[in-house]
Amino acid sequence: MYPRPFEYFSPQTLDEAVALLSQLGEAAKVLAGGQSLIPLMKLRMSSPRYLVDINRIGGLSRVAQRNGAMIFGTLARHVEIEDSIAIKSKLPIMHDTASVIGDTQVRNLGTIGGALAHADPAGDWPPTLLALNAKVKCCGPKGERTLSTDELLVDAYSTNLSASEVLTEISVPLPWAGSGGAYLKFERKAGDFAVASVAVQIALDNGETCRDIGVGLGAVGLTAIRARKAESLLRGKKLSKALIQDAAKQISAEADPFSDIRGTADYKRHLVTVLFERAMNVAMRRAHGEEVETVHV
Amino acid sequence: MERRWKPFMSEEKQVILKKKVVIKINGKDCEREVEPRMLLVDFLRDELGLTGTHIGCDTSNCGACTVLLDGRSIKSCTFLAVAADGRQVKTVEGLAEDGKLHPIQEAFWEHHGLQCGYCTSGMLMSALHLLSHNPSPTDYQVRRGIAGNLCRCTGYQFIVDSVKDAAKRMKATR
Ligand SMILES: Cc1cc2nc3c(=O)[nH]c(=O)nc-3n(C[C@H](O)[C@H](O)[C@H](O)COP(=O)(O)OP(=O)(O)OC[C@H]3O[C@@H](n4cnc5c(N)ncnc54)[C@H](O)[C@@H]3O)c2cc1C
Ligand code: FES
Ligand code: FES
Repeated sequence: MYPRPFEYFSPQTLDEAVALLSQLGEAAKVLAGGQSLIPLMKLRMSSPRYLVDINRIGGLSRVAQRNGAMIFGTLARHVEIEDSIAIKSKLPIMHDTASVIGDTQVRNLGTIGGALAHADPAGDWPPTLLALNAKVKCCGPKGERTLSTDELLVDAYSTNLSASEVLTEISVPLPWAGSGGAYLKFERKAGDFAVASVAVQIALDNGETCRDIGVGLGAVGLTAIRARKAESLLRGKKLSKALIQDAAKQISAEADPFSDIRGTADYKRHLVTVLFERAMNVAMRRAHGEEVETVHV
Repeated sequence: MERRWKPFMSEEKQVILKKKVVIKINGKDCEREVEPRMLLVDFLRDELGLTGTHIGCDTSNCGACTVLLDGRSIKSCTFLAVAADGRQVKTVEGLAEDGKLHPIQEAFWEHHGLQCGYCTSGMLMSALHLLSHNPSPTDYQVRRGIAGNLCRCTGYQFIVDSVKDAAKRMKATR
């Protein structure tokens, strides 16, 4: 299967890439890991006339700690995040997320920035980055701007980025001491997209009071959803089983799933409550310093 | 007869120039002029005649087309040949040396890790990727390592046995 013909550019610098994109307009697309774009082009669901491959631009895959945040270059591959010992200890929720994406071959090429820019409603990064209050930086003809993950994700497969902007960085604030997080995804078979998924990042005071919390829901709406009402139900409160169950009910109300081949809307609405309670459990145990694995094949 | 599909390029015609690529395949530089839309798997099979790399699904799902790009396993049906310019690719043809099978191939032979063989070249390359990053994988890690490769014949158990034995053989030869 061949994509429709296109012209290929591989700029060496970000400025060159932005200049090319502004000149080529809507008919051009950025190529990152290609793990969403190439399949779409082969199926001819997307037929850009120009591809701007950003893989030869230096420095776009760097992962580094800066000013209290972990900064991920847009081209950081899922596998690099999965394998990083620093990420596993500082942000285990990101390790969870990277590990359950597709399969080894997909994780070897796919990028965190590409996954966000693609804005798949069932993608694994969006709920996690919502829960973590991540910010994204992008670079366009008018210079740089910074957006919250919320502002970036507009609709299914659509973002706030213009055709001439390149997403360059994702910045994740480092959690306070006494924090924990977890990402749980329910899939029908190895390597599949989520039926539903839940990301929880929590900060505890004295190991029992919720100082702050972020909850992201995946595959239960047109974009990943930030469960703000459930968050405010928990914030500042001493956590009990009953309170967490109340929050789970709220989560099910905030989810907005649709029926498809992966399950009915009702089923998914129930699934997120179960995943939320389990994710809370893992996040709290991690906040207490316990090492917990969540990965399943 | 009524045409049921849209013309190929309905808008203004676009002239696409071929691009020169030099890809180091199994240690040898291969230079060709290719259309930007040529996929790496078609480059290997049609341009170079390296038909050991198979096309199973052509939709990024089955892993039959798995090769190593700079040491990392990728699905060559989901990667452009132009994007591999200047990089190193290893295919199943690059496993055996001087007519001697690679320990992974020997182990697959010994443990009946294949039946029809369609998935095998991809399985071998995924196994090579796994074992070069994790020389002593557990059963779970082997299964996770080949999760991107589908096999319709073996039921996977003999493949897992093969990969585990390959790990031992590779350690012995090291
Ligand atoms: C078999 C298979 C299974 C998969 N399973 C999962 C899964 O379980 N969970 C999951 O989350 N994902 C899954 N994916 C998708 C995978 O995670 C992709 O890597 C990811 O969605 C896109 O990242 P990419 O780097 O490959 O982007 P590309 O495919 O290169 O690009 C995707 C889109 O984003 C745009 N884009 C990319 N980078 C930028 C940038 N820096 N600036 C502006 N625009 C940009 C492109 O123009 C394109 O429109 C799967 C893919 C495959 C093939
Ligand atoms: S042919 Fe490439 S994944 Fe199936
Ligand atoms: S041996 Fe036949 S598909 Fe695997």
